[in-house]
Amino acid sequence: MENTTEVLEQVIIKFAGDSGDGMQLTGTQFTTTAALLGNDLSTFPDFPAEIRAPIGTLAGVSGYQLHFGSVNIYTPGDTCDVLVAMNAAALKANIKGLKKGGTIIANIDGFDPKNLRLANVAVNPLDDNSLDGFRLIKIDVTKLTRAALSESGMGTKEIDRSKNMFVLGFLYWMYSRSLDASIKFLTEKFSKKPEILDANIRILKAGYAYGDTTETIITRYHIGAAPMKPGTYRSIMGNQATALGLIAATQQSGLPMFYGTYPITPASDILHELAKYKNMNVRTFQAEDEIAAICATIGAAFGGALAVTASSGPGIALKGEAMGLGVMLEMPLVIINVQRGGPSTGLPTKTEQSDLLQALHGRNGEAPMPIVAACTPSDCFTMVLEACRIAIEYMTPVMFLSDGYIANGAEPWRFPTQADLPKIKVDFAKDKNGGEKYLPYKRDDKLSRPWAIPGTPGLEHRIGGLEKQHETGNISYESDNHEFMVRMREAKVNKVADSIPLQNIDNGNESGKLLVLGWGSTYGAIKSAVIAARAQGLDVSHAHVRYMKPFPKNLGSLVAGFDKVLIPEMNTGQLLGIIRNEFMIPAIGLNKIKGNPFSATEILNKIVEVSA
Amino acid sequence: MSDIMSIPAPLTSKDLVTDQDVRWCPGCGDYSILKQVQTVLPELGLPREQIVFISGIGCSSRFPYYMETYGMHSIHGRATAIASGLKATRPDLSVWIVTGDGDATSIGGNHFIHLLRRNFDVNVLLFNNQIYGLTKGQYSPTSEEGKITKSSPYGSVDHPFNPAALAMGADGTFIARSMDRDPVHLKDMLRRANAHKGTSFLEIYQNCNVFNDGAFEIFTEKSSKKQETLMIENGKPLIYGANAEKGIKLDGFKPVIVELVNTSANDLWIHDETDRVKAGILARFFDDPSKADHFPRPFGVFYTENRACYEDGMNQQVADLIAKKGQGSLDALLRGRDTWEIV
Repeated sequence: MENTTEVLEQVIIKFAGDSGDGMQLTGTQFTTTAALLGNDLSTFPDFPAEIRAPIGTLAGVSGYQLHFGSVNIYTPGDTCDVLVAMNAAALKANIKGLKKGGTIIANIDGFDPKNLRLANVAVNPLDDNSLDGFRLIKIDVTKLTRAALSESGMGTKEIDRSKNMFVLGFLYWMYSRSLDASIKFLTEKFSKKPEILDANIRILKAGYAYGDTTETIITRYHIGAAPMKPGTYRSIMGNQATALGLIAATQQSGLPMFYGTYPITPASDILHELAKYKNMNVRTFQAEDEIAAICATIGAAFGGALAVTASSGPGIALKGEAMGLGVMLEMPLVIINVQRGGPSTGLPTKTEQSDLLQALHGRNGEAPMPIVAACTPSDCFTMVLEACRIAIEYMTPVMFLSDGYIANGAEPWRFPTQADLPKIKVDFAKDKNGGEKYLPYKRDDKLSRPWAIPGTPGLEHRIGGLEKQHETGNISYESDNHEFMVRMREAKVNKVADSIPLQNIDNGNESGKLLVLGWGSTYGAIKSAVIAARAQGLDVSHAHVRYMKPFPKNLGSLVAGFDKVLIPEMNTGQLLGIIRNEFMIPAIGLNKIKGNPFSATEILNKIVEVSA
Repeated sequence: MSDIMSIPAPLTSKDLVTDQDVRWCPGCGDYSILKQVQTVLPELGLPREQIVFISGIGCSSRFPYYMETYGMHSIHGRATAIASGLKATRPDLSVWIVTGDGDATSIGGNHFIHLLRRNFDVNVLLFNNQIYGLTKGQYSPTSEEGKITKSSPYGSVDHPFNPAALAMGADGTFIARSMDRDPVHLKDMLRRANAHKGTSFLEIYQNCNVFNDGAFEIFTEKSSKKQETLMIENGKPLIYGANAEKGIKLDGFKPVIVELVNTSANDLWIHDETDRVKAGILARFFDDPSKADHFPRPFGVFYTENRACYEDGMNQQVADLIAKKGQGSLDALLRGRDTWEIV
């Protein structure tokens, strides 16, 4: 039978299997190849909190969703077109996310009696017609892989490890893609293990050939390049972008970076990334706990380093007192919170935006600090660089908010060159600023204080957590001074608004019936929903806040220009409360606290409902 | 700028006094420690700007305000962690941590042991007064069992820490003990602490005359000092007593008190600061002096060891990587491995 090729605009594939099945690798490989072909794309991995949950069980299912197309893509997609299910548990866990009429690629061996029992499935769904509404492609991946490597001399266990390459090869055939990028990747990865390299490439090709030679599918698909801004692109994940942004800040400020942290999901990958680049003036310090991590960072800032600490919600809670010290010392620090589901240990591997109020208020006393929030994986680069700039220019701790969704999600990035990046000006104090004396809390027109680091002759001074006397920094319990200093610290943080861009409308008109106001990782879903709503003729606009404190100066007048404001958030309404309180408008919330991101459809439905 | 570099006049102790009024209670042991530190520091030949004092919270932690150097009065228990970050990035500085028994062994216990194992080249002065003074008199982790305080009116049921033994357990590389009322010994220990490369831990018995007066009287008062203290010196036999009439020998791993009239000096335990096993035994001389046949309390340097400092390892790794890979290019990093062109 002749194969035909059908052209598609966009496709969503979910790779699902046991944690040990290599689905994350399969997904990222397919992603790299899609990117190199010029597709726009967005990905989202979905893995269990347990590192190695019992094999074959629902708890052990690991997934990777990829949305790619010849059109602009803003989210990893709602429901998928193709579900790769390596075993019964993977199918059971993901079938509800598959479109009606969608394709299932099932590994027959993963549906044997043992796997069915582990997944708590009574009857084999591959045989009982329960999947009739879908297109089912059954492949005995395990058997075919073993057959292809029968003469390799490798053990069965080792052979089975490469079965994900078979699936990858088959999908490459199905979507008319070249194997080159994955062969290049494997060659680099297994350069010292030629027999494993050989086996993997052989299986990859076997999967491709299987599509070619069997009559499993008669249609292949073609997805062309997307209309993207000309330039050079790479794929980037949020945590990776955060690490690169920090290294860029180190280079642009000329300061050595000190990154003090304690392992926590989903922030640890920033540490892993930074630890590789110690030759680029980066020092990573894995502290004994979250408190030590931020305190060591404060010590490094005192000594004149670009000082950064990172964690997720529970760790940020532990850092609260030290952040307050940072506020009192008026020391440049960047505190990264890669948010996850809470409270307490909550949902470590799932996403949520529920730490905005913690960022604003999670310290004793009046302890304001600027807060910025990234809205996409690549935006982490821009915003963490901004956090570093603000910290140094204004001598203040700054909180940078990311979350599990953008931290682990990937997108194409038209990366900048160093020449495109702003310099961060560092001005260590060299001279006395008060006649005979050095006044550590004498302020400039930004209300920022000087940074005099140890080793500077004549500027010896003491700072601490007790209330400071204006200018001298001496301990002061004087009541008027305390109120003055509390208001001064707040005024300084508010002054940051002078140095940030005005709030723009991302899509739509400057005023009108409905504004969808978002922050953080909901960007892609809101973007897609607003595009769809506008295509339906609805009067709706989208603005996305990246500077959470202080807000851009025009935000109040911007929201006032709309009849209604809708705020979708992955929490119970944190920005909603702030906007209502600050601008006295009856904003409407759309709230989801399920540990996974909004789908564009969920937001579109709400837009339609609110617009009616 | 003048072509001739002016050589700064040597520091005097007066140069280290700040314009702030010292606010410890009159009679507090902290005054003596401040004075000895201000006396010893000028001898060390360090310019003022190279010295940093970092403290936590508690009476002792007011110390940096009285030292005309760089300083930070931080938060409870965290001076050790803050100093770690400072020393990691600024190995050129002379970093001194001032802490107390509550600050270092209770709320800051975790950072304290990790500082010791990492062996940053810093000096830790632990002012041990066996009481919470700033919060007005609760028992501390070094208070003796049965201690009656405001928070333990029927006596504390907490077993106390012995900070020297704790530091041995955490693999400290310099462990010493002194007291506020022996300025000569204290100055000597401060010099030794500064000279050691690595984390120097100096426990200083310090009298809180308001909430725990006389806690160390038996070790500091002339009438009992010689009988109750064992002043240890490297290479010297362990001898004590009003007339130096007693000694200590080792029977296997068991220390035994002997009368010198019955024992040859050759049989006595000769103190060896580099012997970890024996230092461990010595640090455990922690008997209640009211008990019969108790051992005397040792003062001096228990143990020293040369071990690599964290900051040296960290910076060596950076230097090695630069030598191997160069300083790296931001553009190459931003570009990554796989790129594609959209035209």
